[in-house]
Amino acid sequence: MLKRVHFTKSWLPFALVAPQIAITLIFFIWPATQAVYQSFLIEDAFGLSTEFVWFENFQYLFTDEIYLNSFGRTIFFSAAVAFISMSSALILAGFADRVIRGATVYRTLLIWPYAIAPVLAGALWVFMFNPTLGIFPYFLEFFGYDWNHYLNGSQAMLLVILAAAWKQIAYNFLFYLAAMQAIPRSIIEAGAIDGASPIRRFWTLVFPLISPTTFFLLVINAVYAFFETFGIVHAVTQGGPANATTILVYKVYNDGFVGLDLGGSAAQSVILMIMVIFMTIIQFRYLEKKVQY
Amino acid sequence: MVENRPILKIVTHLILIFGIVIVALPIWITFVASTHDEARMLQAPLPLLPGGHFFENFTKTLFGSGLAGSEVAPVWRMLLNSMAMAMMISIGKIIISLLSAFAIVYFKFPFRMGFFWLIFITLMLPVEVRILPTFEVVANLGMLNSYWGLSIPLIASATATFMFRQVFLTIPDEMLESARIDGAKPMRFFFDILLPLSRTNIAALFVILFIYGWNQYLWPLLITTDTDMTTIVMSIKQMLEAAEQSPQWNIIMMTALLAMIPPVFVVIAMQKMFVKGLTETDK
Repeated sequence: MLKRVHFTKSWLPFALVAPQIAITLIFFIWPATQAVYQSFLIEDAFGLSTEFVWFENFQYLFTDEIYLNSFGRTIFFSAAVAFISMSSALILAGFADRVIRGATVYRTLLIWPYAIAPVLAGALWVFMFNPTLGIFPYFLEFFGYDWNHYLNGSQAMLLVILAAAWKQIAYNFLFYLAAMQAIPRSIIEAGAIDGASPIRRFWTLVFPLISPTTFFLLVINAVYAFFETFGIVHAVTQGGPANATTILVYKVYNDGFVGLDLGGSAAQSVILMIMVIFMTIIQFRYLEKKVQY
Repeated sequence: MVENRPILKIVTHLILIFGIVIVALPIWITFVASTHDEARMLQAPLPLLPGGHFFENFTKTLFGSGLAGSEVAPVWRMLLNSMAMAMMISIGKIIISLLSAFAIVYFKFPFRMGFFWLIFITLMLPVEVRILPTFEVVANLGMLNSYWGLSIPLIASATATFMFRQVFLTIPDEMLESARIDGAKPMRFFFDILLPLSRTNIAALFVILFIYGWNQYLWPLLITTDTDMTTIVMSIKQMLEAAEQSPQWNIIMMTALLAMIPPVFVVIAMQKMFVKGLTETDK
């Protein structure tokens, strides 16, 4: 990675990396080590006394039913978000790939939700599903279905999933479409000459050929659902009703800033950190040797 | 297309249009809500077609006190804050990443790989997993409620550094050799050759980072308590809370619309750059 032809100068490169390294150390490395350190402490809410307790915070977490439930809920949430947004993006991309005229128009109209902040996406969906005023509860009433996500935990979860998946369709669509357009036309044509129908061609040719993209998107969607959906949950349900939508990131925030349980919040941060590291490693291993099938 | 199937062609367009309708529906409803007056927005069923109060709501939201009965800054002020934060984050990230990628690719110096890995680690530490300690650091540095506090802690960027490293590695060695023969010093080489050659990458990255910066939510939520420093994306949540007492959905949805226009405009106007940036930084 070093250029064959390069400079050798003693102080300039240090000055060049200094800003990046300074910010990394002050705002990333130091707080992260602090989080690890605090996760071994129990501190009272006034910060008057602290006690070093080794892994007690972690032990507590893994026996705490609320935390374990939140863990399972987060996994369910991520799986649902990834499945809904990836499958709808795959369908749309599969059809968009067939279009010759107007393809860019379709693309433009499908990608712009990417630019909308998660909290805004949440606000739009919570407005559409407002139990007294919203448009969807109004229509659902005709079918005798009573919608109130302020009271019904599974409805709240469904709403958060829909809002999160909706926002992510654009991203998945873009990557799927790019992957499909990169497939040589001759392969598809050969399939057509052999008499394979468009659906058959999709499942036996296109889908296997874009499997690296599917894998890549799985990781990206998992990271998105785990860490970037805080705004959606915060705007739509605030973790409620009765913790029904408290995903892990929301719980870290809530326990730390609202509950002021510093040790417990730090321990949760450390667990999340381990998960991010794990996902990043998977993502980068993929980069080196693409998935083969 | 490899064969002529008229029915499939119609189905294709129908499904795509259906997809667009689904994707656009929430935005349409938001837009419609922003064009009616307060009274209309309180009776179910809510309208599905736009009304005639758009400009009234627009001026009321942008320059008026915004939501009655809540203590929020005027919306133009929040738009200004968001713009400042987004610009500082995106430009800051680009500058420091360009410099560090230049150092790592073009210089031989002690701890070069150490620095590289240190930058790499930031990828694994999103703000969500180190909320409290980072907040403490910023508080101790006295950066709460300031543009510096909003932007500086977010401008370290592993992805941008990697991207520029990749770009620099594709630039032929002969460039540097000939620059040297002409007597160019390192910084001269950087400004006169590297920068112009990575112009499109910088533009592509800017689009992505602008959206990233504009849409920040958790971080501004933590470090701004002063209403004058509220960003527009943050304000939506406060308005939703206020809406539980006195719902003024026309104003709230107008604010939401104003909050999404700048990043959506950037995506649509610079679509080519956006796609390039997205596929290059994430892969």
